[in-house]
Amino acid sequence: GRARLSRQDGRGVEEEEEEEGWQQLYPGHIPTSPLQKALLAAGSAVMALYDPYRHDMVAVLGETTGCLALPNLRDKMKHHPEGYRILQERPCIRLSTLDMARLRGLPDGSLGREYVRFLEDNKVSPDTRMPPRFVDDEELAYVIQRYREVHDLMHTLLGMPTNMLGEVVVKWFEAVQTGLPMCVLGAAFGPVRLSTRKLQVLATELVPWAIRSGRNASCILNVYYEQRWEQPVESLREEIGIFPPP
Amino acid sequence: LCRCRCRCRALLSRPPGAPRALRGFAAGPEMHFGFQTVTEAERREKIYQVFENVAKKYDVMNDSMTLGVHRLWKDILVHKMNPTPGTLLLDVAGGTGDIAFRFINYVRAAREQQLQRKLKHHQDLSWQEIFDSYQEDKFHSLGDSQAVVCDINREMLKVGKQKAQHLGYSEGLSWVLGNAEELPFDDDKFDVYTIAFGIRNVTRIDLALQEAYRVLKPGGRFLCLEFSHVTNPLVSRLYDLYSFQVIPVLGEVIAGDWNSYQYLVESIRRFPPQEELKEMIEDAGFFKVDYENLNFGIVAIHSGFKL
Repeated sequence: GRARLSRQDGRGVEEEEEEEGWQQLYPGHIPTSPLQKALLAAGSAVMALYDPYRHDMVAVLGETTGCLALPNLRDKMKHHPEGYRILQERPCIRLSTLDMARLRGLPDGSLGREYVRFLEDNKVSPDTRMPPRFVDDEELAYVIQRYREVHDLMHTLLGMPTNMLGEVVVKWFEAVQTGLPMCVLGAAFGPVRLSTRKLQVLATELVPWAIRSGRNASCILNVYYEQRWEQPVESLREEIGIFPPP
Repeated sequence: LCRCRCRCRALLSRPPGAPRALRGFAAGPEMHFGFQTVTEAERREKIYQVFENVAKKYDVMNDSMTLGVHRLWKDILVHKMNPTPGTLLLDVAGGTGDIAFRFINYVRAAREQQLQRKLKHHQDLSWQEIFDSYQEDKFHSLGDSQAVVCDINREMLKVGKQKAQHLGYSEGLSWVLGNAEELPFDDDKFDVYTIAFGIRNVTRIDLALQEAYRVLKPGGRFLCLEFSHVTNPLVSRLYDLYSFQVIPVLGEVIAGDWNSYQYLVESIRRFPPQEELKEMIEDAGFFKVDYENLNFGIVAIHSGFKL
C-alpha cells in the first residue's frame, strides 16, 4: 500500500511494538539507527550509479541524506501562506485524486493540459513514486513525498523530457531550489553517462539556465498546483520566477 | 533521532527468551514471525511471501551477507555426509539446489574413483570385456545416486531448476513441491535427509522432524545445517552488530527488500539453540544425535540416525 500521510488528531500514526520500544511514525516507516542510515546512504549512492534503473536507490539516498535540507524546506513552507496550507491539507498527486479527463479537456498551454501531455508523451504515471520509509519525522516524510510528486510538474514547467539529459537539468534546478544532497549528487554525477555532444549543450546552455532559474524562483513547494490546473504554464512560470527554457 | 537509538539498543540486546512453547510448537494460536507475534496461518503466509520476494536474488544475497562463507558451510555439510554412489538423498527446503548440486558433484567424483579402482583390478581382462565394462559404466556415472529437492515455495524451485539447467545438471535430480511438515513421500524411502537453512522457517519444527524420521530408511541419516547460538561474548556482540546493522541494509541495497532481511536476522535469534534442537531431534526418535559448531556457533550441523 502507499503511505498516504494525512493529518489525524495529534501527530501521524504511531504504533508501539511492545518488545523493542521502537516507533513506527507512519505507515511504511522503518526506523533506522545512525549507522544504518550511513550505510544506506553509501550503499544506495553506489548502487544508483551502478544501475541507473534503480530509482528506489535514488529515493533511499534522498531520505537518508536529507536531514538538514528537509527541515529547511519545511520551514520555508511554514512561513509561506500557500505552503502552510499545503502542510495542513496534505494534498497528494495520484491518479486516483486527479481528474484526468478534465485536465485533458483544459486549453493547450494550461498547466493541467501540459502536465497530462507530459505524462502521456513520456509514458510515466504519478503513482510510481516511492513512499518515504527512512525519514524519522512524519511531517518531513510528507515534505519529501511532496517533493517527489512535484518533480513531474517540474519537468512540465521546465519543459524537460524524462531522458537522462532532461533529468539532469531538472536535478540541477532542484539542487539549487531544495539543497537536497541527493539532487546535488544526481546533478554532479548524472552527466557521467551522457555523450560529449549532450554534455556540451548541458554545460553551455541548459545548466546555467537551470541555475539562474533555480536561484530566481521562489520555493517550488510553496505552490498549490492542484488549485492551479487552469493557469497557463507561461503565467505560472513568470509567477514563480522560472526563465523561459532555451 | 532519540527513537532510533532506543530501537538500536533494544535490538542489540538479546530479545526476551520466548517460552519454549512458542519455539516450534503451536501452543495456542500465537507464534513468532521474527520479533512479531502472529497466528500460525499468518506466519506460513508471511514466510512464503518472504521467499517469493527474495528467490531471484537469494544466491547473490547469500554471498553478500556471508562474504561467500556459506559455500564453505555447505561443502562441510556434504563432506560430513560422505555419500557413496547409489545414495538416495532428500534435500528439504532445498530451494535453489545448493546442497543437491554439491551432492551430485561429490557422488560423481566418488564414482570416478570407484571406476578407476575397478579398472586397476581388471588388468587381465580381454579387450572385449574391458570395452563392455566401459559401456555399462557410462550409463551409471552417478552410480544410481539420486537427489530429490523438495521445497514449499514455487519461486525458489523455479530458480533452482533454472540454475540446474544453466550449470548442466540433468540426471539424478528431481524437483518436488512439498511441505516439510507433510512430505509427499512414502515411509522408509531415503538414505539421507538434509535441511540446510530451512528448518528455521518451518512453522511446526516437531512435525518436520517426525516427517524426516518417517521418510528415512532404517539406518538413514538426518542432517540439519542451520544458524545457531553464539556463546562467545565478543563474537556474539560483533555478530549481532553485523546482523542488525548491516544485513537489512544489504537487503535494501541489493534486493530492494529491507523487510525480508530484517525477518531473516530476527528469525535466527528466535530459533532454538544447539542443545534444545538436539533434544527436539531426539524426541522425534533419532539416535546418536550430535552437533558440530561452525564459526563459533554462528552455524551448527546437527546429525542423527534412524535405527
